[in-house]
Amino acid sequence: MATYTLKVRRYQPESGKSPYWEEFDVDLDPSLSVLDGLLQAKDRDDGSLSVRCSCRAAICGSCGMKINGQSGLGCKTQIGEAHAAANRRGGTNGAAAPILIEPMGNMPVIKDLITDMESTHWTKIRRVTPWLLPHGEAPEREYVVEPESMIDITQSMACIQCGACVSSCLSMEADPDFIGPAALAKAYRFVGDPRDAETKERLHDLAHDPHGIYDCTHCFSCIDACPKGVAPMDQIMRLRRKAAEEGVDDDPNNGANHVNAFVKMIEKKGTNDEALLLQETYAPGVKGKLKPTKGAIKGLLGSLPVAIRGIKTGKMRSLPKLIPGVHPKLPGGAQDEVKAIYEHTEEHREEFNLYIRGEEDVEPEPDETKMEETA
Amino acid sequence: MKLAYWPGCVSRGFTTELHGSMAIAAERLGIELVELDRANCCGAGIIAEHNQELADTLNARTFALAQQTGLAMMNICSTCQGAQSECQQRLDADSAYRAHVNEVLSGEGLAYEKGKDGWTNKNFLWVLVEDYGLDKLAEKVVRPLSGLRVGPFYGCYVVRPKERLGYDEFPERDLYLEKVIETLGGEVVEYDGARKCCGFPVITMNRETSLRQAGTHVGDAIDAGADCLVTPCPLCHLNLDMQQPEAAKVVNRDLGLAVLHLPQLVALALGAEPKELGMSKHIASTGWVEDKLSAVPA
Repeated sequence: MATYTLKVRRYQPESGKSPYWEEFDVDLDPSLSVLDGLLQAKDRDDGSLSVRCSCRAAICGSCGMKINGQSGLGCKTQIGEAHAAANRRGGTNGAAAPILIEPMGNMPVIKDLITDMESTHWTKIRRVTPWLLPHGEAPEREYVVEPESMIDITQSMACIQCGACVSSCLSMEADPDFIGPAALAKAYRFVGDPRDAETKERLHDLAHDPHGIYDCTHCFSCIDACPKGVAPMDQIMRLRRKAAEEGVDDDPNNGANHVNAFVKMIEKKGTNDEALLLQETYAPGVKGKLKPTKGAIKGLLGSLPVAIRGIKTGKMRSLPKLIPGVHPKLPGGAQDEVKAIYEHTEEHREEFNLYIRGEEDVEPEPDETKMEETA
Repeated sequence: MKLAYWPGCVSRGFTTELHGSMAIAAERLGIELVELDRANCCGAGIIAEHNQELADTLNARTFALAQQTGLAMMNICSTCQGAQSECQQRLDADSAYRAHVNEVLSGEGLAYEKGKDGWTNKNFLWVLVEDYGLDKLAEKVVRPLSGLRVGPFYGCYVVRPKERLGYDEFPERDLYLEKVIETLGGEVVEYDGARKCCGFPVITMNRETSLRQAGTHVGDAIDAGADCLVTPCPLCHLNLDMQQPEAAKVVNRDLGLAVLHLPQLVALALGAEPKELGMSKHIASTGWVEDKLSAVPA
C-alpha cells in the first residue's frame, strides 16, 4: 500500500467557475488502477468528482482519460506505473510529482472527466456508414462466410469505442473535421468485410473527403493510445492500400497521386528526387501536365515562395533540386537490384499483419538447422 | 567507434547542411562512418501504404548491405528510423517471411539475418546516448552552449509506437534530446509540442492541417522562451524551418525561430563554426543562436 497524489483537471459547469486543478491523496496498492484511485477520492473526499466507468476491466470502454498526457483507460493503467511515469524526470523540489489526470482531448468536456462523446466520436462513427451494405436479396437465414475471410478485420473489430485514439489524435488537434482514427478503423471493418458490396464506393467517399484517409499525419499517437491493439493508423494505411487496389486514384487531395509518385520515383531513382516528387504529386504523368487540375496549379504555386526562399539561402541552389528527373540513380547497378525487388514484390504484395500472425515463439538456432541438414 | 551509415534521402536533398554537419560532428566525436551509398530509400512509410512487401524488401536490402560491412547501422532521420523499424519488426517476426524476402536479395549476394552478432539500426540520437555515452560526449565539449535555450523536437517516428521502437529495453528514448542538450551545456525549454507531429506527412494533401501543426509548435516554443529548436529528423526540419514563413501565415502570428539539426547542435558545442555547419542555408535565421555562442577557446 502506498500514498499517491492525483492532480485532477476539474470542471463543474453548475458552479460557474472555469476549469481548475485539484489534488487528491489516495492510498492504494501500486497494482491497482488509476480508476480505483479516482473512485477512492470520490468515496472519501468529494462525491461530486465525476468519472464515467462500468466494467473496470478494459471491456466497456467508458473510462477514457488522459493520464500524464497519455490517452488511455483509467482502469487499464496501474497507479504505480502512472506514478513512475509522472516522475520520470524526477519530482519538483524533492517532492514527488503528482499523477496528472485530465479529460480526453479533441472533445468537449461535460463535467470533470466526463466528455461529450456524442458530438465528436459518435458523429464521426456514423459518418462512415458503420453497417453492412450487401447487394442482392437477403438470404433466408443469416449470411454465411468462410471464417478465414473474416480474419482480416478482427483487429478493427476489437475496438471498444472508448475514444482514447480520438483523444490522442494530432491531426484532429489541427483539423477538428478529420474523420479520425476510431471512425476510420471502423470503416475498414466494413471495407474488409466480404459480405459488403459497396467497398469501392466507401473507399471513394473516404479518399475524396478532404478530412478523410489522406488527412492522417502518420504520428502513431492512436496506436499507443489504443488499449485493445486495434492500431487505428494501421487500418487507415490499409484503407489507402485498398483504395489503390480498387482503382480509387483520382482524389482531389493528391493522396493517391503522392503515393504513386513516390513509389514510381524510387523504382526509377532509388532515392528521393524531391523536385520530381512534387511535380508528379501535383501533376502526374503527361495527362496531369497537359490538363492540370485546379488543385495542381494551387499546389505548385503554393510551393513557389518556398522554392524561391530555398534558392536565396542556397538550400535549393542546384539543378537536381530544381529540375525534376536530374537527380542521379543509385550507382553501380544497384538501381537494377531495386527494380528486381519491385518486379518480385509487385507480383505478391504480401501483407504481413503481426496482430493476426503473431511472432514466432522460438526460432531454431542456426547451428541446429545446419546439423539437421547434414544429418 | 565505426558504423555503417545510412544518411537518408533528405539529408542529401533539401537539407544538405545536415549531411555535412553529421560528417563534421562524427569527425569531432571520433566516430568513423561507412556510408551505404548503394542503399535505397526507406520508403518513409509511403511505400508501405502501397505495398508492404515492397517496403519490407527494400529495407531488408539496406539492412543486408549494412550487415555485409560487419558494422551496426546508424541513420540520421527519425522517419528513416521509424519506417525501417516497422519493416524490421515484420521481418524479425517470422523466419519464413524473412526467407521469402531474402530470396530476391540473393541475386545481389545479400541476405538480412535477424539479430546477426547483435546487429542494430539506430538513429544518431540513440547512438549518442546508448553507445557513445553522455560522459564521453561531455568530455568532448569545448564550447558549452551556456545560456542557449533549446526546445527539443523529436519527430513522431522515434517516439511512437513504443512497443516497436525498443522502449522496453530503453524506456528513456523520449528523454534523450533533453539529456543531450543538458550535456552540451544548453538549457532545455519545456513546451507542448516536443513529441507532437510537425505535420510534414500531409503537406501535399492538407496544407492547412500540416502548417497549423508546424506553426503551433514553433509558436509554443517561442512563447516558452526558446532560442531555437533541435531535431533529429530532417523531415520535421522541412516543415518547421523551410515552411516556417508559410506556417506563420496559417497560425496568423510572427514566428522566426531557428531550427537546428541534432548534429549541428552537437558540432557547435564541439567547437565547429556555424558557417561550416551550413546554418546560413536555413530559412529561419540562426543569427540569434550564433550571437549567443561564446568563442571557441584557443
